[in-house]
Amino acid sequence: MTYPAQGAPGGAPGTLARRALPIIGVIATLLLLWEGARLLFGLSEQRLPSLGSIIETMFTPTRGGAGPLLIVQMLANGWATFRVALGGFVIGGLLGFGLAVLFMRLPVLERGLMPYVIGSQTVPILAIAPMVVVGFGRMGAPPWLAKMVVAAYLTFFPVTIGMLRGLRSASPQSLDLMRSYAATPFQYFWKLRLPVSLPYLFTALKIAASAAVIGAIVAELPSGAREGIGVMILNAAQYYNSRPQALYLAILVAGLVGVCFYGLVVLAEHLIVKWRA
Amino acid sequence: MNTPPIIEFDRVSKVYQSGGGPVTALLDVSLSIAAGEFIALIGPSGCGKSTLMRLIGDLEQPSSGTVRVKGKTPEQARLDRDYGIVFQAPVLYEWRTVRRNVELPLEIMGRPPAERRERAMSLLRLVGLGDFGDAYPHQLSGGMQQRAAIARALSFEPSILLMDEPFGALDEITRERMQTELLSLWSSAAPRPTVIFVTHSIPEAVFLADRVVVMSPRPGRVQRIVPIDLPRPRVFETRESPGFFSLVTEVREALRATENERVEV
Repeated sequence: MTYPAQGAPGGAPGTLARRALPIIGVIATLLLLWEGARLLFGLSEQRLPSLGSIIETMFTPTRGGAGPLLIVQMLANGWATFRVALGGFVIGGLLGFGLAVLFMRLPVLERGLMPYVIGSQTVPILAIAPMVVVGFGRMGAPPWLAKMVVAAYLTFFPVTIGMLRGLRSASPQSLDLMRSYAATPFQYFWKLRLPVSLPYLFTALKIAASAAVIGAIVAELPSGAREGIGVMILNAAQYYNSRPQALYLAILVAGLVGVCFYGLVVLAEHLIVKWRA
Repeated sequence: MNTPPIIEFDRVSKVYQSGGGPVTALLDVSLSIAAGEFIALIGPSGCGKSTLMRLIGDLEQPSSGTVRVKGKTPEQARLDRDYGIVFQAPVLYEWRTVRRNVELPLEIMGRPPAERRERAMSLLRLVGLGDFGDAYPHQLSGGMQQRAAIARALSFEPSILLMDEPFGALDEITRERMQTELLSLWSSAAPRPTVIFVTHSIPEAVFLADRVVVMSPRPGRVQRIVPIDLPRPRVFETRESPGFFSLVTEVREALRATENERVEV
């Protein structure tokens, strides 16, 4: 049973339950499938750990009993990743925004630079991340800065493309109107092009939000990194054979970071783009 | 018409370069319009009536000939904010409330917020939208949106009003009501703005205008100018008077003549 997710902000209280229902339904179905598969195919704890054992793992203390609970450690590292992703998102977002405005004003620049902008995204981030992390490390920059740069690297591209499209989406008549008022170039931008492009910008920011988290995690993978959910994933992967639960837990927390980030962008969109029905 | 013309076309032509070669949208158009006149431009698609209007607004430039607006170039007139414009679509900015849409031109012209707000609200009341200032455009019907667009065009009291099929997307009932409302807005303004009103509808042109400029297509030319001597104020009964019918017939005949001429050529 699925209900269409009708995004009516400020709806009646009944709609909240109606919107939560499909989410709860999907989670329940997934959990049932998980445990059902274990029973049906007779999978061992090593092949597919039971939900019970994953939850149990959450509450085992780390460092031979001296450290915090595993879930606390995971969440703390998830929070570290979140902060890096957010920093990279802001840097990349501003860069993408700036490039889009520049390209709109100077189409010559767009023709000249766009191939490199696109090219930058076809190079696997896995190849670039170690270069950035190691390079920045040699220059004595703090590790979080290098990670943010990698997150920003993945963020700016969708923002540039989406924002550029948005800036060009003002209708000819809405531009004629500005012309009839003898508006200044800044007024064209501030009172027409920018507000018109906001829905496009937010679509791009939603894509960029998950890209920034991926970037932050990938930047945590090169050896030497000490915190972040990427480090947790690497550690857990090393002990996967003996204790697979930890990796599942790390994946869950990584997913949680991504979902929270995405939710933040959606929230900002609701607060800013409030004229849409 | 002893007053000097507010708008003057002197042998104006407009040629567009298109993929299939040059297209003559207007050929050798001469026309003068007096201050305070209500002019309707009518003709089949491609007769250049919208182009004519856009030349006045400096939204396009003539290929040859000259256009003068208040004795100035159209560009200077635009920079002096001499005209307000209304399109067939309301073109309200969807992220602004109705009131702030009406305020937009005043905002761009740097008027103080209190004055803007007061002016916008009094205009919205005038067009019957006094209770909808805080609504967003999408919450309004098509007719209401177009009223807001008219209020916006009038907000800075321009001496010229350019209207490009403003009621073309409305149903017949709303349309006739809007025509009457427009006339009362126009006649109550002091001084009366000069209105250039582009339309496809013969009864609409006759009901509103002092003169109907009948245009013919390919190339766009002024075919005939029909003076409309119906008494003002024009009311519901005007549309049922014999004088109205005979003028509608006259304009229709003039339009048909453009067809015949084209067939012969």
